[in-house]
Amino acid sequence: MQLRKKIYMVAGYNTISMGSGRKEFNPRKARPGLEEYMIEAGQAALKQIGGAKNVDECVVGNFMAARYNNQGNLAAFFPMIDEGLKYKPATKTEGACASGSLALATGIKTILAETADVVLVIGVEVQNTMKAVYGADVLAGAGWAKERKDGHAHFFPGKFSDRAGKYYEKFGYDYTRQAMATWYKNAIENARLCPTAQEFHNTTADLMSVGMTKPNGRTFVDNLNVFDCSKVSDGASAIVIVSEEGLKKCGLTPKDAVEVIGIGQAINDLTKNPDDYTKLDATTEAVKKALAMAKITKDDLATIELHDCFSMAGILAIEAIGLAPHGKGAQFVIDGHTARNGKMPINTTGGLVGWGHPTGATGVHQAVTIWEQLTGKAGDAQINIPANKPYGLTINMGGDDKTLVSIVYKKN
Amino acid sequence: MNYNERFENVTVLGAAGKMGSGILLLTAMEMYDISMKPENRDKHYILYALDISQKALSGLMTYIQDQLVKQAERKINALRENYKDRKDLAYNSEIIAQYVKDVMAMIRPVTTTESAYESHIIFEAASENPDLKTKIFAQINANSKCEPWFFTNTSSIPISYLNEKANLNGRIIGVHFYNPPAVQKLVEVIKCDQTPDIMGEFVSTYIKNLRKIEVPSYDKAGFIGNGHFMRDALYGMMRMEKLRKDMSFAEAVYIVNKVSQDFLIRPMGIFQLIDYVGIDVCQFIMKVMKPYVTDEDIHSPLLDTMMEIGVKGGQNHDGSQKDGFLKYEKGRIVAIWDLDKKEYVKIEDISEKCDKLIGALPQEHQPWKVVVKHPDKNEVLTKYFSALKRESGMGAKLAVEYHTKSKQIGEKLVSDKVAFTADDVNTVLMTGFFHAYGPINDFIK
Repeated sequence: MQLRKKIYMVAGYNTISMGSGRKEFNPRKARPGLEEYMIEAGQAALKQIGGAKNVDECVVGNFMAARYNNQGNLAAFFPMIDEGLKYKPATKTEGACASGSLALATGIKTILAETADVVLVIGVEVQNTMKAVYGADVLAGAGWAKERKDGHAHFFPGKFSDRAGKYYEKFGYDYTRQAMATWYKNAIENARLCPTAQEFHNTTADLMSVGMTKPNGRTFVDNLNVFDCSKVSDGASAIVIVSEEGLKKCGLTPKDAVEVIGIGQAINDLTKNPDDYTKLDATTEAVKKALAMAKITKDDLATIELHDCFSMAGILAIEAIGLAPHGKGAQFVIDGHTARNGKMPINTTGGLVGWGHPTGATGVHQAVTIWEQLTGKAGDAQINIPANKPYGLTINMGGDDKTLVSIVYKKN
Repeated sequence: MNYNERFENVTVLGAAGKMGSGILLLTAMEMYDISMKPENRDKHYILYALDISQKALSGLMTYIQDQLVKQAERKINALRENYKDRKDLAYNSEIIAQYVKDVMAMIRPVTTTESAYESHIIFEAASENPDLKTKIFAQINANSKCEPWFFTNTSSIPISYLNEKANLNGRIIGVHFYNPPAVQKLVEVIKCDQTPDIMGEFVSTYIKNLRKIEVPSYDKAGFIGNGHFMRDALYGMMRMEKLRKDMSFAEAVYIVNKVSQDFLIRPMGIFQLIDYVGIDVCQFIMKVMKPYVTDEDIHSPLLDTMMEIGVKGGQNHDGSQKDGFLKYEKGRIVAIWDLDKKEYVKIEDISEKCDKLIGALPQEHQPWKVVVKHPDKNEVLTKYFSALKRESGMGAKLAVEYHTKSKQIGEKLVSDKVAFTADDVNTVLMTGFFHAYGPINDFIK
């Protein structure tokens, strides 16, 4: 398959990823809600495209506002952002932690269907409305509800703890733990360069030794420590998807934009456990499709934003992309190849572990980060994009390798 | 009767009080854990929460429920295991709610002493009044059908006195929790001559199951904790009186409180600690201790005066601090009582002058919060105290003398056979009073 039209993304914006770790976060004090985050991100994007009048359609990605915030019908929030959006068509997408990328995919398909030239996409999630022990119940909705009873108290950490356990068995604990700690260190160091990152204020001196903390199954899960995990986050991200005509209508040039040249989606059976716990096979499929559509290979990529909801997921994704053979993903990380100055800079503003994981916003946040890197807007977190590798890749995962979206972007 | 059987019927006396409510919570959680063992599932567990006030008991039930939710949230992994056969309980929220229901189902709030006649364990957390305690013990002991064991939370009254007065034949042991029991790790355990070993072993198991730290004390009035605290407080008040000759009452309190907190790297200054425990409670404990201590005068006329004018300190039911020597707003000290003016004087009106008199902290100083968690604590403290000794400021001098006195008090507790060892004294101060270091140390040589 190939894209039948030129598709661009412009006007990206991330709010702060709010939660523990941010100095301004106080669980006992009132905080912004869905409304404030959508308004902040939406208005910032509209400002960059000449206002709401240029928008043809809106999409919002969100996972569990219905339970975190007792709020459904999020699509009808758009006119609150700007009155000019009243009576426009709008859609909400949900695919667990891939909800944001499903919003992007919907926007892309709307442009392809030629029913819109400018689509405003927002991803949003506000999760700090309850303690993590209850949030775990909500997030378990990304898995099969009938599995909840047999699942871990910390349901998703439990899922990836199982995967990590199998990886330890096959390839060794010390080796894997070293890679997980390195992953954590890179994530925090990158987050320190990005003012919106949840770990921006992190001042831990010895990140490696923190990352090496031995997991404790009595208090958490058997094979992961808390530093292997993304935190509970509130936040929103916005970006605008446009056709060539849309780009002109917004008064922008291709220099302001990244071009979307490939998209791959893949799903796995929610009711089934993985055939092999040490592999992310739906991720492999989605990336393969995206790269094929873009007609490039992994070697052409300058940077990747991938879905490290857990450090283990990051390592497995490296193998799914094909950056390292099976069992060697950990070595790839240990060798420094994923660091910002490595041969494949990954998650340059911290990823889910470092920047944060407002679940429904994450897919959009990844797109915004690639857009920033490829248009030179990444500030202190900016990496060099070699002229012969003008491409970026995102991988956004819903559930335990269940709903996957991968997108290839090209620098103009 | 084994450990599990003895817990089938328990009474907590004074259950709605500050200490009683914590002891009730911990005991209820322990009884739940026992009841969940496969061999005990068909047994019935009852925990009487006995108090004189119906109103206080209503408040107690709410408090216990709230606390159980918090505790359940923390031990969710273990609870999921407990309820693994309950197909209807899948979500953490459901499991936590069930846990609270199951524990609450064991607790019976009651106001009549008769309920305690069926209990195998009587946990006493009534007010620190020897006559009251012995009266209730004797009544329950005379009417009970089952020769109950009496666990008393007294912080000062000799166990042998209670045993004799209530005629308990040694079926009594001191199990002294620190405030608040749900949080504080320390439990002082005091046997009298007649207390059978089996009771001591039982209590050790109980404390271990609660994941707390047991420190034994000889059966001497005040035991280790109050033995040190009361003398430390008397010393602080004596130093304050000395300073008062050259300055106002409020200024003298400010200086001694600040020096005993900041310069000694303690979590609270001595006057704040007296307020925290309660001026009334401190006065009462001293009164209990006084007849047993012959070589020192364990009595403070100042506390008597404060009580006479009605400034008592202590805590409100929500755990917030009542005004005493110091006045508090949202936990922060905002003013200091002035005995001469009979009113609170704002901190900002005296702090500049007093801070100038006290002088600066040595550069090596680190706040209590940092030191208490510091991996090389001893090194940090050794450096700090040798720097402190070199300082010539009034604060530093007072701190060195205070520190030396605190050590003497600790050593005397060992030589007077209140504490078994110096380590025990240090453990009590570090776990019961959250000090960063024990008083018996060589930081100042």
